Amino acid sequence: MDSYYGNYALVAALLLIGVAIVAGALMANRLLRPTRPTAEKLTTYECGVDPVGDGWAQSQIRYYVFTYLYVVFAVDAVFLFPWATVFAAPGYGMTTLVEMFVFLGFIALGILYAWRKRVLTWT
Amino acid sequence: MLDVILRFAVILAVFLLLPLIIGQTEHKVMAHMQSRLGPMYAGGFHGWAQLIADGVKFAQKEDVIPAAADRRIFMIAPGVALVPYLVVLIVIPIDKNGFGVNLDLGLFFVLAVMGIGVLGSIMAGWASANKYSVLGGMRSAAQLMSYELPLVLAASSVAMAAGTLSLPGILDQWQWWWLPWQAIGGVVFFLAGLAELRRPPFDMPIAESEIIMGPMTEYTGMRFALFMLAEYAGIVVLSFLTTVLFLGGWHGPLLAGWIWTLIKVFLLAFLVIWMRVSFPRLREDQLQKLAWVGLVPLALVQLALTGVVKVLL
Repeated sequence: MDSYYGNYALVAALLLIGVAIVAGALMANRLLRPTRPTAEKLTTYECGVDPVGDGWAQSQIRYYVFTYLYVVFAVDAVFLFPWATVFAAPGYGMTTLVEMFVFLGFIALGILYAWRKRVLTWT
Repeated sequence: MLDVILRFAVILAVFLLLPLIIGQTEHKVMAHMQSRLGPMYAGGFHGWAQLIADGVKFAQKEDVIPAAADRRIFMIAPGVALVPYLVVLIVIPIDKNGFGVNLDLGLFFVLAVMGIGVLGSIMAGWASANKYSVLGGMRSAAQLMSYELPLVLAASSVAMAAGTLSLPGILDQWQWWWLPWQAIGGVVFFLAGLAELRRPPFDMPIAESEIIMGPMTEYTGMRFALFMLAEYAGIVVLSFLTTVLFLGGWHGPLLAGWIWTLIKVFLLAFLVIWMRVSFPRLREDQLQKLAWVGLVPLALVQLALTGVVKVLL
């Protein structure tokens, strides 16, 4: 079971166990609970007052900008991991270190740009 | 085969027992920090059976799904929130050979799977058809976006130091002087992890005084209990990860390795509870600002420090 696929088969097995735990808990709940729905009980609770309008109300999401920021940086960050395992290997050393500072510079520049654009301060 | 079954049994025990122990500890620690008693009745001795009583109550409660809700997504959301934290445990080493499997990219796997847990609360927020829940779900999403980056950067600093992504491999490389060396990364990782778990003081998505209970408002009974379990399982996973990456996991004098791991995990879990009691909730923009102006630059400093020390020494 030490092979590459063997390991991931175990991960999949644990995933199935997890699903089984959740399903089992909900099944036990189904066997034990009463079911007496009324129209009033099934209205959306919201804050205790009868809901006004549709649940999926439009609202301004100010933090969509962070999503852009995140996508930019996360793509960079993913490349960090394969690099991190080899950057100090014999024969690399100084070159990769300089590269790292270039990388850090790019990310820092991105944040600085966002900051100058006043994305990070709202009123 | 027997070996695998044994390992799975340990993982399940960690997954099902530690969250309860931490939950009970939270009841008591919070009570004492706030100069009150906390649950004292259930089970007789200092209310030790309170969470079991809660579980029995949850199991018997009617499962109310609002008529307006997006039914199917509403029903599976608690599972999506909970199961990833179980799956993550498979790669976390409790002792020198005490792990489920040793994946080559364990660290990457952990970060990827942990992110899925947050999806559960976004799904719940959307499916509830409740304005406050949608807001809460959006805030969860924003929090995931902002704090995932410092989390990933801090974690990759450890990967740089160890030269491997496998968690047992990282611990094999670990030396005591990594403690001060990776200290900044450790703090960043722990705080960003707390924010991803939406624990106070980062509990803007569920802020009960303004958006009731956020994504969990419409949930009752067993499904609500699963969300609660997910929260505490999240604390367990975060404490384990911080222990493994930054506090040396099973390394320690005299005592057996797994005892050291558990001691460190419980200390961190205590810290999580302590922070909940000590700090007021951050406002949404303060929350974002802390991530981008505070934690990300600190994580970058840690990366530079790690790189320089590693290459020059």
